[in-house]
Amino acid sequence: MIESFDLSMVNWARAQFALTAMYHWIFVPLTLGLSFLLAFFETLYVRTGNEEWKRITKFWMALFGVNFAIGVATGIILEFEFGTNWSNYSWMVGDIFGAPLAAEGIFAFFIEATFFAVMFFGWNRVSKRFHLVSTWMVAIGSNLSALWILVANGWMQFPVGMAFNPDSARFEMQSFFEVLLSPVAISKFTHATSSGFQLASLFVVAVSSWFLLRKRHQEMAKKSIVVASVFGLMASIFVAFTGDEAAYTVAQKQPMKLAAIEGLYQGDTNCALCAVGILNTDQKPGDTGDPYLFAIKLPGALSFLATRTFDGFVPGINDLVYGNAEQGVIGVTEKLASGRIAVEQLALYKGARKQGNALVAETALAEFKRHEGNLGYGYLQTPEEAVPPVALSFYSFRLMVGLGTFFPILFILMLVFTLRDTLENKRWLLGIGVISIFLGYIASEAGWIVAEVGRQPWAIQGLLPVGVARSNLTSATVAGTFFMFLFLFTVLLVAEIRIMLKQIAIGPEEK
Amino acid sequence: MIGSLELTQLQQIWWIIASLVGALFIFMTFVQGGQTLLFTLTSSEDEKSLVINSLGRKWELTFTTLVLFGGALFAAFPLFYATSFGGAYWVWVLILFTFIIQAVSYEYRKKPNNFLGARTYEIFLFINGSVGLLLIGAAVGTFFTGSNFLLNDYNFVKWQHPLRGLEAAFNLFNISLGLFLVFHARVLGALYLANNLNHVDLVSRSQRAAFNNLLCALPFLLIVLGSLVTMDGYAVDPATGAVFMEPGKYLGNLLALPLNLILLLAGLVLVVGGVFLARFKGSTRGIWLSGPGTVLVVLALLFLAGFNDTAFYPSKVDLQSSLTIHNASSTHYTLTVMTYIALAVPFVLAYISHVWRSMDAGKMSLEDVKQEGHNEIY
Repeated sequence: MIESFDLSMVNWARAQFALTAMYHWIFVPLTLGLSFLLAFFETLYVRTGNEEWKRITKFWMALFGVNFAIGVATGIILEFEFGTNWSNYSWMVGDIFGAPLAAEGIFAFFIEATFFAVMFFGWNRVSKRFHLVSTWMVAIGSNLSALWILVANGWMQFPVGMAFNPDSARFEMQSFFEVLLSPVAISKFTHATSSGFQLASLFVVAVSSWFLLRKRHQEMAKKSIVVASVFGLMASIFVAFTGDEAAYTVAQKQPMKLAAIEGLYQGDTNCALCAVGILNTDQKPGDTGDPYLFAIKLPGALSFLATRTFDGFVPGINDLVYGNAEQGVIGVTEKLASGRIAVEQLALYKGARKQGNALVAETALAEFKRHEGNLGYGYLQTPEEAVPPVALSFYSFRLMVGLGTFFPILFILMLVFTLRDTLENKRWLLGIGVISIFLGYIASEAGWIVAEVGRQPWAIQGLLPVGVARSNLTSATVAGTFFMFLFLFTVLLVAEIRIMLKQIAIGPEEK
Repeated sequence: MIGSLELTQLQQIWWIIASLVGALFIFMTFVQGGQTLLFTLTSSEDEKSLVINSLGRKWELTFTTLVLFGGALFAAFPLFYATSFGGAYWVWVLILFTFIIQAVSYEYRKKPNNFLGARTYEIFLFINGSVGLLLIGAAVGTFFTGSNFLLNDYNFVKWQHPLRGLEAAFNLFNISLGLFLVFHARVLGALYLANNLNHVDLVSRSQRAAFNNLLCALPFLLIVLGSLVTMDGYAVDPATGAVFMEPGKYLGNLLALPLNLILLLAGLVLVVGGVFLARFKGSTRGIWLSGPGTVLVVLALLFLAGFNDTAFYPSKVDLQSSLTIHNASSTHYTLTVMTYIALAVPFVLAYISHVWRSMDAGKMSLEDVKQEGHNEIY
């Protein structure tokens, strides 16, 4: 299918996508959550008529605007990067992947763009009610954008509702609703958006804590903390619930990712979950020694997480790479052999069709069909290539879950002390409140690392490895644009942070 | 109902939809045009702020239309998306670059502590309006002049020119189209400002600028139209799908599709008419003639490239690698689903125009900009 694997180009393309996605994800979760917080604040203003809520709304809205602009800037690159760096991917799955992207444009982006202008500039131009509706529309529009792109991402993690067409050499959509309602798509959407609500709540808590520490704008800060803590707490519960659901889905649909997350080499029944641990980085697929240098384990918990029973079998990396006949696990070794036949027969079929040799074409097609399910594996060089980076997945997951457990405690404490009206005396808590925004970002980015690094080497799980999905570009070209974007995004990020800090220092408008 | 349409009909519908989104985008480039007028049209910081705030209420719609154009092409013609973006790499990357720097410039320009200074963000806006549009024009020009790519049996693209798409900018037709787009956007930008501002001086300067920029655009328009009716085109044999060069193909297309000829001529008359009304009758409503006129002209051009058995993204180096609306499209199923989704478009246009009307009920004046709180202006 391709002449040679240019691994360094693939890695530059992956680095560029990771760079863009991670920069983009600095701004997006804040947009997702802050837009709803703005809607809450403004609703309180409209319902109570209390001008203080309007001041609060306008203050957070100014920060929202600064963040939103750079989110838009980094977002456009992501859409077009599928074409520029992953053109084979774009062709092979464009029939499926393009539809959610176009739906995103029609259903979500225009809502955002149109009502954003009213929300920012319409205070004196439209009625109070229309303005409130616009603020809600921005929140709904932003989150709808997330829906469509996460549906697309969910499909890449667990491809459903499609079939491979050997004549066009691409995957073609068979059921739009299967793509839209796939369990992975739904758990992606719910988990990612609720984590955005959590992060935005942390942002409001952090800035407000800073005001309280400085004894400035105290009324606004406390009011903001109450709303953000309630929203953040609800979001945290939802994040935990959807996270558990997401882990269960991963266990079912992407067992290799789960094995990497756990550093689990030898599968087992009644499998323990490593709560905290240090990995033995010398461990390779095939090794049967202890993969941890140190570990605190919860007996049976991994089996329960993955199978909903304490004695369920959870396959490890070795089972998944080399197979485990006893547990009915087919290994990558076997899939790779079958995949190579699929690749060969597909080439034979296409060649025969071109030459008009119907008989050869028919036999080749029949043989291809027998091995079609393993086509993607045929492009791997070795079975071990199917194992994602274990350490990165393992530690990122623990960071995410650990911090995810801490945030609801923080929100509860904030809420309790604000309601008792003693928060300004709890300087230690306010200090933690300020730091919490950085922890929120670490948890959020770590979550994406788990999701994306954990599914390597696949652009589309089991079907299309990144090496085939790439564009035909030299590594120098992609490295060039990588540094171009790195420079530009960093400059813009510095500008954004400086403006934000200044806006925070200026504070809300005078009464 | 939509599901019972033939694949060919769906492909045609989607070429029309994609062309319409593209045409609306070109209309909306009045924002880019306005950005390039910033330095010459205004004579004080206050006037500059007024112009920026007027354009700033619309930039996101233009941006979103471009994103939708990309999304629609990806969904409906994925082979074009893969071939052009992955192949003509540098031209698209540079275009995107100019849109990234645009996206932050309105918001950051006047904010205290903005790191780069107001002037830099104004230059960013200028680059977006000039280089961005020039390259878009050059890229679209290749719909007629062809590109340098090969597709293998698996439809994977191999670009055959080391400049990876930038070579398009060295062709007279492509560069003329690009320059035409730049000046045309300035015409529309001036007409938009004349319509949107409550500032006697700026309005009259805008009206003059519209006319002057039309004069600058004219030679490039003549080169484009002249070349178009005389050049050889990439024709497709409907029976075999084979692509071959046909003398006078685009002139032939114009004559074979009289509706298209009417669209083109009516569009040009409207564009010119809007400018003349502004310049010689003092009208501030020129944008409402020139804007729709633009939509008609772009529709005509894109129909010319895609319909009547024509390859819309031709390859100069291997004619049989050329893309047509038939070989580059999504499947019948996907196009059907997408068509149902597209039924929402009139609804979207309706709320956009409703919001636009309520926000633009009063024209924007210097006092408006001064009275608003510092967070409600750009």
